[in-house]
Amino acid sequence: MSSKEREPVQILQGTLDLIVMRTLETIGPQHAYQIATRLEQVSESLLNLNQGTLYPALVRLEQYGWIRGEWGRTENNREAKFYALTKAGRKALERETERWRTMAGLVERFLAEEA
Amino acid sequence: MHVRWFLARIRGLLRNARADERASEEREREIAAHLALLEEEFRAKGMTAEEARRQAHLRLGNPTMIREEMRQMGSFPLLENLWRDVGYALRQMRKSPGFAVTAILVMALGIGANVALFTVVRSVLLRPLPFPDPNRLVMLYGYQGNPPGPNHYVSAGDFYDWQKTGRGFEQMAIWRWTGFNLAGNGGELPEFVNAGAGSWNLFSTLGVQPVIGRPFTADDDQPSAAPTAMLTWSFFHRRFNGNPSIIGQTVRLNGKPYVIRGILPQWFTYPDPTIQLWVPFQVDTSVEDLRTHYNHMSQVVARLRPGVSATSAVAEVSAVQHQLYLRLNGGGPIAQGVVSRPMLEDVVGDVKTPLYTLLASVICLLLIACLNLSNLLVARSAARRRETAIRTALGSSRMQLIGQQMTESLLICITGGVLGVALAGLATHWLVMRWTDMPRAEAIRPDGLVLVFAFGIIALTGIVAGLLPALSGTDASVLMALQEGARGSSGSKARARLRKALLTLEIALTVVLLVGAGLLFRSFLRLRSDDLGCATKNILTMNFFLRGDKYHKQAQIVSFDTQLLEKIRRLPGVAAAGLTNCAPGGGYYGDMEVNISEHPPLPAGQHRFAIFRTADPGYFSAIGIPLIRGRLFTPDERMDNDKYVIVNQEFVRDFFPHEDPLGKHLHENWRSAAGEDYEIVGVVGDTLYEIGQPKRAMMWFPILGGFPGNSSDVVLAVRTRGEPEAMTLTVQKAIASLDPELPVKNVLTMEQIVGQSTADSSFSAKLVLAFAGVSLLLAAVGLYGVLAYLVTQRTQEIGIRMALGAERERVLSLVLLDGLRPAFIGLGLGIAASTAATRLIRSALYGTSPLDATVFVSVIATLLVTALAACLLPAWRAARIDPMQALRTE
Repeated sequence: MSSKEREPVQILQGTLDLIVMRTLETIGPQHAYQIATRLEQVSESLLNLNQGTLYPALVRLEQYGWIRGEWGRTENNREAKFYALTKAGRKALERETERWRTMAGLVERFLAEEA
Repeated sequence: MHVRWFLARIRGLLRNARADERASEEREREIAAHLALLEEEFRAKGMTAEEARRQAHLRLGNPTMIREEMRQMGSFPLLENLWRDVGYALRQMRKSPGFAVTAILVMALGIGANVALFTVVRSVLLRPLPFPDPNRLVMLYGYQGNPPGPNHYVSAGDFYDWQKTGRGFEQMAIWRWTGFNLAGNGGELPEFVNAGAGSWNLFSTLGVQPVIGRPFTADDDQPSAAPTAMLTWSFFHRRFNGNPSIIGQTVRLNGKPYVIRGILPQWFTYPDPTIQLWVPFQVDTSVEDLRTHYNHMSQVVARLRPGVSATSAVAEVSAVQHQLYLRLNGGGPIAQGVVSRPMLEDVVGDVKTPLYTLLASVICLLLIACLNLSNLLVARSAARRRETAIRTALGSSRMQLIGQQMTESLLICITGGVLGVALAGLATHWLVMRWTDMPRAEAIRPDGLVLVFAFGIIALTGIVAGLLPALSGTDASVLMALQEGARGSSGSKARARLRKALLTLEIALTVVLLVGAGLLFRSFLRLRSDDLGCATKNILTMNFFLRGDKYHKQAQIVSFDTQLLEKIRRLPGVAAAGLTNCAPGGGYYGDMEVNISEHPPLPAGQHRFAIFRTADPGYFSAIGIPLIRGRLFTPDERMDNDKYVIVNQEFVRDFFPHEDPLGKHLHENWRSAAGEDYEIVGVVGDTLYEIGQPKRAMMWFPILGGFPGNSSDVVLAVRTRGEPEAMTLTVQKAIASLDPELPVKNVLTMEQIVGQSTADSSFSAKLVLAFAGVSLLLAAVGLYGVLAYLVTQRTQEIGIRMALGAERERVLSLVLLDGLRPAFIGLGLGIAASTAATRLIRSALYGTSPLDATVFVSVIATLLVTALAACLLPAWRAARIDPMQALRTE
């Protein structure tokens, strides 16, 4: 796949949760806007994502008990809900990361073989 | 992951409305904050406030979609839809509670009756017998004649020859009914007990072990062996309080001590629960009877070797029997061959047809109820057509719509089903109580299969009643409803057609049920009006058996009989009394070969029989059997002066078609091998040995001959001046004053005997009739409902017709015909189906043809009158429509 034309990619089902958790792990508690901004930065705007798409993922993760949201204030003194990884979330992230790596490696191996 | 997903959603389902509200408020706040941050970012990039807000919204996406998605995160969409549908259906039902309650009750009745009958059918007809490997158990019977005549019992001589040669059978056992006077020990009343005399290996053939004590051995089963007995569980508990120390002790049967060997398990009730104990076959059977090939009085149970078919095993035994037949044919009636029958079929007997008839009729009833419900729901879905169309336009899928419309019928069926299953428990109990001759009644209980049946039938009714209306209410043309005015449309015409089709089917089924019920009821009436041939009012009968040491001589029996009759006849309230061995309607009892001394001997191998009866001189007038010719017995025709016989008219028709029977002689050889001649002195009127059975030739010998084998079984018949039941105790006391140890059983009035023998057929006829009545009512309601609905729909059309000059009579007949058409078609279909269906119940009919014209005509009349009545009201209403009013309704 050529990346030169910088075609936006669709996010893979289920990977958004992983990305969000990883983001929270690396830079600590964040609110949705921050997470979205961070996503755009890291992906260099390659992810074709409405920022609102984050919300269902956040609700889901909160329901699993992997992240917890708390109301706080931004540096500009605006109120926002800050999400942080929970203990269970850390464990889940480890597990999911492992799974993703295995999976990605596996797919990669098949793709390489074909080439 | 999945567990968490599931738990999360369960939590979502459980959270309450307030928490729900709070959560959604919080999300609003969060999204608002997010938008604010985005706006800030865009403003920082130098946009105007307005532009920044627009960009922020674009960046975030559609907030409504986000909210909806977030809301769905916390729920099972399917379950939630279901919940909503249920709520909707409940509101619908609350709007018309009368309809809902009626529908639920009808469904409960239908499902309950089905489950109850299936429980009985399953337990009696389908569940295997409780023995190990029951499929290998068969009963063997003999037959005579070519082509083979009816199956008959087996003679002991035949059995012992089969046992020696039948290699296809693992084991083969013989048994027959017997009975004993049981002396009262320890203050209990003496009683007569039904018993079985079985070869020692009967229990091992069946695969039964005594729970206490030891089984019979071959040594117990010898003519000279010390008498032993095996008790059934119920008798052991009833008479001996379940005390195991009774093993090895004796019980006095007919005055003789029998050592108790063992106790049979509680579940063992073969052949039926009236048998109280078992004795070895050879101990209870005379040596002559053990050897003879001519006296057919026992049943044979055989267990096939594994892998051997009944056909081949029986063929071998049948070949042996044929050799016996060729060798012994001249000496007496002997079986020509052997047939087998699966043991289950043998135990179940003739209850099969009535049970399946009942099951079929309740299935019909349930189907009719379903069609009716379906019909009413079609009307309702038609009324909701606009709503459905709007929902479709707003994006409801057809599945969603069908689901929503089916929820109501499913709710009705499930509620009805749960009620019905509860009812079924009671109904099963009631059925078993009322059905006096039900075989395996003790084994009737619901099991897994019944449960599966109940679930299946509930689901099926829900689908039958719900799917059709739901499909018709949501078909592809649904959007037309938005275009069409309220004026008649092709869609509603199609629905009217569907309703009429359902109705036609319903009426056809009702007709089949009505015809079946009519036939059964007519056959019952025939049975009921059967003339026994004797008096039935004010006759009391009771049964006793003169057996054992006290009654082994002629003189002992005759003296007892004479004293008893004198005593009874002197009692106040007694008009007359007599003795016989078996009262009219009391059963076959037994037969004897007929040899007429004056006639040339029959060709070898031909045998003729007549029913064997005994009587004292006063019996005939006491019970009201008329003397046709000749005379009755005289008081001095007793003891050895008993060579006289009385026959019935059927006997004369059979054996003396063209001559005078009086003065002719019957040759019988029970006293000596050479035999004696008995002179025919009289001819009496015909009596039935059993209600529902054809007349048979009968011959009466003097009971006061006192010959033990012939005169031991006694029925005392007393004609009373008043209520016969009031005399019961007095008569029993008179018997006890002569022999306090003599047990009396079957104390019955003649009317009770008649009632008993027609009870089961009356019961099933009345049940089917009740089902048919309910079906008729349902069909009438259905017919009325459809027509009333059609009239409402066509109000405008009728209004226009009338405005244009149509007469009221024409409108009336128009609507009437519209309603009667499905009735006519259904009637035609139903009659056609009935001619086929009634053939199946032929064996349950007595004296009634399956195509009985009276029944068919009255069914047609009943149905037409009912249909007319159901159609008249809507038609009349249509004829009274005011055209002005009708045209304005739009």
